[in-house]
Amino acid sequence: MAVIRVDGLAGGYAPGTDAIADVAFALEPGTIAAVLGPNGGGKTTLFRALLGELPLRRGTVELAARPAYVPQTDRTRHDFPVSALDVVLMGAYARTPAWRRVARADRDAAKATLDRVGLADRARRHFGSLSGGQRQRVLIARALLQDSGVILLDEPLSGVDATSAARIEELFAQLRAEGRVLLVATHDVEQARRWDQVICLHGRQIAFGAPATTLTTDVLGRTYGDELVILPGGERAIAVEHHAH
Amino acid sequence: MLDWLLDPFSDSLMQRALLEVIVVAVACGPIGVWVLLYRQSYAAESISHAMLPGLVVASLAGASLVLGATAGVLVAALAIALAGRDERLGGDVGVAVAISALFGLGALLALSPAVPARLGELLFGDLLGVTARDVIEAAVLAAIVTVALVLAHRRLALSAFDRVAAPSLGARPGRWELALLALLAICTVAAVRGMGNLLAVALILAPAAAALNLAARLPVALGLAAVLGALAGVLGLLASYHWHVAAGAAVALAAIALFGVTLLLPRRDTLA
Repeated sequence: MAVIRVDGLAGGYAPGTDAIADVAFALEPGTIAAVLGPNGGGKTTLFRALLGELPLRRGTVELAARPAYVPQTDRTRHDFPVSALDVVLMGAYARTPAWRRVARADRDAAKATLDRVGLADRARRHFGSLSGGQRQRVLIARALLQDSGVILLDEPLSGVDATSAARIEELFAQLRAEGRVLLVATHDVEQARRWDQVICLHGRQIAFGAPATTLTTDVLGRTYGDELVILPGGERAIAVEHHAH
Repeated sequence: MLDWLLDPFSDSLMQRALLEVIVVAVACGPIGVWVLLYRQSYAAESISHAMLPGLVVASLAGASLVLGATAGVLVAALAIALAGRDERLGGDVGVAVAISALFGLGALLALSPAVPARLGELLFGDLLGVTARDVIEAAVLAAIVTVALVLAHRRLALSAFDRVAAPSLGARPGRWELALLALLAICTVAAVRGMGNLLAVALILAPAAAALNLAARLPVALGLAAVLGALAGVLGLLASYHWHVAAGAAVALAAIALFGVTLLLPRRDTLA
């Protein structure tokens, strides 16, 4: 049974213009799906649709669970006076009444998730003083505390150090084994090749399926257009510009 | 030394002023922390300026200053919305035009020779002239702000820290930003009687900026801002008494001085 089922999705913010269209896919429990596309191609917009924040014009979105969302670390405030543990605890805010303290069980769970991402010894460090990779792992720990079966991750491996990247990929494998569904926005085609499904977007869905059938030169060419570079020897690379949010 | 510190507060006038400034500081400090974290210091400045015409009209009509300030803020919001809609002006220019126009109108009314002299105090406050009723009004408003901030704490934090992910964590940033501006307006109304239209913003922003310079954790910053605001109030009143200077201005300068001192101290990145 699919945990996420999207059928004929189209939606957008500007009147008369679809930011994303013709999206259709279904993901079973224990799946890691790469979401590939150029900047402005609709990766974040798809996430907004799954989070219920995009006005839908056509199609349906069915989710077995409210997704947790992991933004890029540079979208958070590094000057904010919070520790790593404070940030993880935010994952319990939605289920904590305003007049109550965060439950002891959630505090213990927050420490355990920090430990799981390998940052137990950084719990009391100021969030902004951590490295980019460590901050990313803290944000993933926050999503884990939300305890959702579906996690949306916006370029979690972009610009992180090798240690953090290895930790994050290891964690992805564990979460897949637990039956969770991960949608991971990425520019890295080789990374996507290691995962279970690929959704290619360029304003609309270009392809969906297993890496072997979707990561072809033709599909990547239609997905990335001029951003796709074929290197000598047939290797494909994506010319990535910095995100303009 | 002890006499120098305690003698001024043997007088009931100074006692009321002390109570007023502490009550106001306890609300203004924490709200200032949020204002700075939301990068809304321009809004803090604007709101206090924009309510001047309402305050003046209320004084002239013998109505409550709280009522006048509330009406002033509502008129300002309407003026900003209308000015912002004009494509030739744009958002920021719209705010600047609306606020400057309202402040100019308020100053014109307040400083006109035909109106009572005390209206000028709306600009710079009259801490030493506050009545028991003024203190009670300020305390009620400060209590409303403090309780609201405690209840809204987590949603405000989510919205300011991570605007993009906040909705998935249970907070709508736009809604909480508006709530913060509403609380800021209430806080400004509470402060305006003692500190005046021009100086109230110092008690909102300076202790908050000082606290953020020192604290690495939000609850500490919020508490420290309240304490530093109260300390600025005490220091300002002492300066006013011993050196015969205006009380509101002395409190504002004490708050700025405390901020200056914190610039010299290191901020910790690990929490005890």
